[in-house]
Amino acid sequence: MSDYNFAYLDEQTKRMIRRAILKGIAVPGYQVPFASREMPMPYGWGTGGVQVSAACLMPEDTLKVIDQGADDTTNAVSIRKFFEKTAGIAVTEKTRAATVIQTRHRIPEEPLAEGQILVYQVPIPEPLRFLEPRETETRKMHALEEYGLMHVKLYEDIAKHGHIATSYAYPVKVEGRYVMDPSPIPKFDNPKMDMAAIQLFGAGREQRIYAVPPYTKVVSLDFEDHPFDPSKAEHPCDLCGAEHTYLDEVIVDDDGGRMFVCSDTDYCAERQALGHRGRLSPPETLAEEAAQ
Amino acid sequence: MYVAVKGGERAIDNAHAWLAEERRGDPEVAELDVAQIREQLALAVNRVMTEGSLYDPDLAALAIKQSRGDLIEAIFLIRAYRTTLPRIGHSRPVETGVMACDRRVSATFKDVPGGQVLGATFDYTHRLLDFKLMAEGEVPEAAKADPRQEPTPHVTSFLNKEGLIQSEAQGEVSGEQTPPDLTREPLELPANRALRLQALTRGDEGFILSMAYSTQRGYGNSHAFVGELRIGRVAVEMDIPELGFAIEIGEVELTECETVNKFAGSKVEPPQFTRGYGLTFGQTERKAISMALVDRSLRSKELGVEVSNSPAHDEEFVLYHCDNIQATGFLEHIKLPHYVDFQSEMELVRKMRAEIAAGQAQDSAQEAAQ
Amino acid sequence: MPEKHMNEQSLIGAFEAPPQDAARAFRAALEALARPGSIHEITGGKAPAPMSEAAATLLLTLCDPETPLYLSGAHDTAEIRDWIAFQIGAPIVAPAEAMFALGTWEALLPVTEFPIGTAEYPDRSTTLIVETDALHQHGAQLTGPGIKTVASLSLPALDPFRMNAALFPLGLDFYFTSGTQIAGLPRSTQVSDMMETN
Repeated sequence: MSDYNFAYLDEQTKRMIRRAILKGIAVPGYQVPFASREMPMPYGWGTGGVQVSAACLMPEDTLKVIDQGADDTTNAVSIRKFFEKTAGIAVTEKTRAATVIQTRHRIPEEPLAEGQILVYQVPIPEPLRFLEPRETETRKMHALEEYGLMHVKLYEDIAKHGHIATSYAYPVKVEGRYVMDPSPIPKFDNPKMDMAAIQLFGAGREQRIYAVPPYTKVVSLDFEDHPFDPSKAEHPCDLCGAEHTYLDEVIVDDDGGRMFVCSDTDYCAERQALGHRGRLSPPETLAEEAAQ
Repeated sequence: MYVAVKGGERAIDNAHAWLAEERRGDPEVAELDVAQIREQLALAVNRVMTEGSLYDPDLAALAIKQSRGDLIEAIFLIRAYRTTLPRIGHSRPVETGVMACDRRVSATFKDVPGGQVLGATFDYTHRLLDFKLMAEGEVPEAAKADPRQEPTPHVTSFLNKEGLIQSEAQGEVSGEQTPPDLTREPLELPANRALRLQALTRGDEGFILSMAYSTQRGYGNSHAFVGELRIGRVAVEMDIPELGFAIEIGEVELTECETVNKFAGSKVEPPQFTRGYGLTFGQTERKAISMALVDRSLRSKELGVEVSNSPAHDEEFVLYHCDNIQATGFLEHIKLPHYVDFQSEMELVRKMRAEIAAGQAQDSAQEAAQ
Repeated sequence: MPEKHMNEQSLIGAFEAPPQDAARAFRAALEALARPGSIHEITGGKAPAPMSEAAATLLLTLCDPETPLYLSGAHDTAEIRDWIAFQIGAPIVAPAEAMFALGTWEALLPVTEFPIGTAEYPDRSTTLIVETDALHQHGAQLTGPGIKTVASLSLPALDPFRMNAALFPLGLDFYFTSGTQIAGLPRSTQVSDMMETN
């Protein structure tokens, strides 16, 4: 791939993206329009995240890419390979070892640290889009801080179902000003967004970049009598026994038998290597071999 | 015992290898070369160039070959390649008035200066499968005539002389204003006409066609006549500041369509005709005509015509949904795993069902107790 | 290239390895703005005096023909203009059109002339690159996004930055440069006197 520039994008495009990222940092939660480029992967498959990562990566970086919390899902593999080829950077599956983490749909369980950047792939950056399809209208609503429609929607949920019927892409308010879409992460992950790392959001098709600086107030929308509830399946992980992680439900036989396992594969593997065991853990010897 | 599914990387490599085999098809059958596609599937090549925003018949043919004939995939390949090219500068607006026309028809006049030139068109062919083509049929040579040397004036310019048709804003026509570039700046609404036209040219032929068709069936009614449709080659010139004049850098084949729509007039304007405009690469006349209808429809507000709730009158609707690369990417991304979000939905549905069930159990217990 | 006799200095001072150097410089600029009060090394660009290496590197990293730039005071020299024309290509403009501005604090005053963005597009505001003699982590107290509890930074003034923060989400964003060091102050940062908070 030596025909392409370092990290694929040309320098002028990177400058344009970098300027948008910095304005996003300066106005947390505000969606900065940017001239998204056509990438060699389809829109909707992480082109926004890929462009943001490409603008951030430096040769010394170690990159981790996850999709659904896992490093080995096909699209995560594909994006990781893309940057290995075009930027020649080191890659890792270890959350702690990564300097840049690109993610789709999850925040790693391991708390992120200063010096790390979490890049989210975002399909629909506008939290108000499903209430008001027009960009011209939603832009005005953000300008006027007119978020009544969102509260009405959430309250109607409660009236109808007794719950806020949003379980992922649960809207947040950033630093008391902008209502922001956290990307389609499960609401379980929302409380993690108050973190030490820099969070950058890229929506390629919709041509928006936004950001949450470290230690920024990110509050999930709720009501006093219906406080936000970051619920998860009420099971421990069947492989590592963790009771505090987000779980995938896996159907294991034709009779509908199920098991629950950590969606964050790196976190789960590390716990297993440390000797944690769940209901369906393989015997010790096999686990040790797998860890090696 | 559960073993996490690994091997995404190997699956991808193997899938790519298999795809390459499938693309080639039966190796007993001769392989298509790019020149064959360029020459014999020229209309596919033209569509790929138009919606890919890159005039290069060889690359478009290559993209069609690589994409196994999936034209949207081919357009995607061309777009992704195009973004890697540096933008060196821009050409002067092409002079379609001096186009060497291979085809030029007007539906609004029986005859016009420059004449009606039918050209190579399917229009009056009978759509009967030609089984001779199953074998490699030799083609008899078509009759030839000397090409017209003088410029062929635009039909709408005759209407313009009489003031019967609305005049275009000067900057827009002369190209004095540098139009915005949809591929370099994010779309901002309301868009000006140059930006809308760019989006429509790049837009999906099927989408633009259906939008145009909807205006003909009464959704944002604006009855259009094809004032003129012309296809031919024009020179592309570029100003070279160091030289102080423009030089010709090449030639492109274009389809240009100008539609004429009746406008009953408004409080401030007397009745006159209004225009729609379409311009596309190669011979792509269905697209150019469709584009002209949609252009006219999207101009309703600026022309002071009544704006309805019809989709073709809605700039935001049309411009945000006409791009097939954006649309297909987002549509197809639902093939990607979404099990984390689905899991969270399952948890919520289970919880709500459990609460309802508990509520019903309580109710019936109370009833039983009474 | 423009034919006029171009200063030799304008031909030098670019990045040695542009994609890699710019990437490192951007990360320094990102960390600086995302963590107000933190000071970072940013190197690789060398422009004619009095421009610091940090400011030159930042311009090479963020500016190009698409970013109108305002040069103020001692930074508006023929040498610097030539250097920018050759290395960056940014059009030199008045404060009201500037996407970026460069100069000392005194020269950039009054900052009220720079665009602060609009309610619908708060990002359309100027980023000011303020050259300073030295950067220290003491002085004004900073709180807000990017700051865990409280941070300190040597700011050239207090009130203008307070007023700027009061405009949020509109407002200007600042970089302070000195030698090879850079610090950032986005509009989201609340600024107060050290004495007040103590």
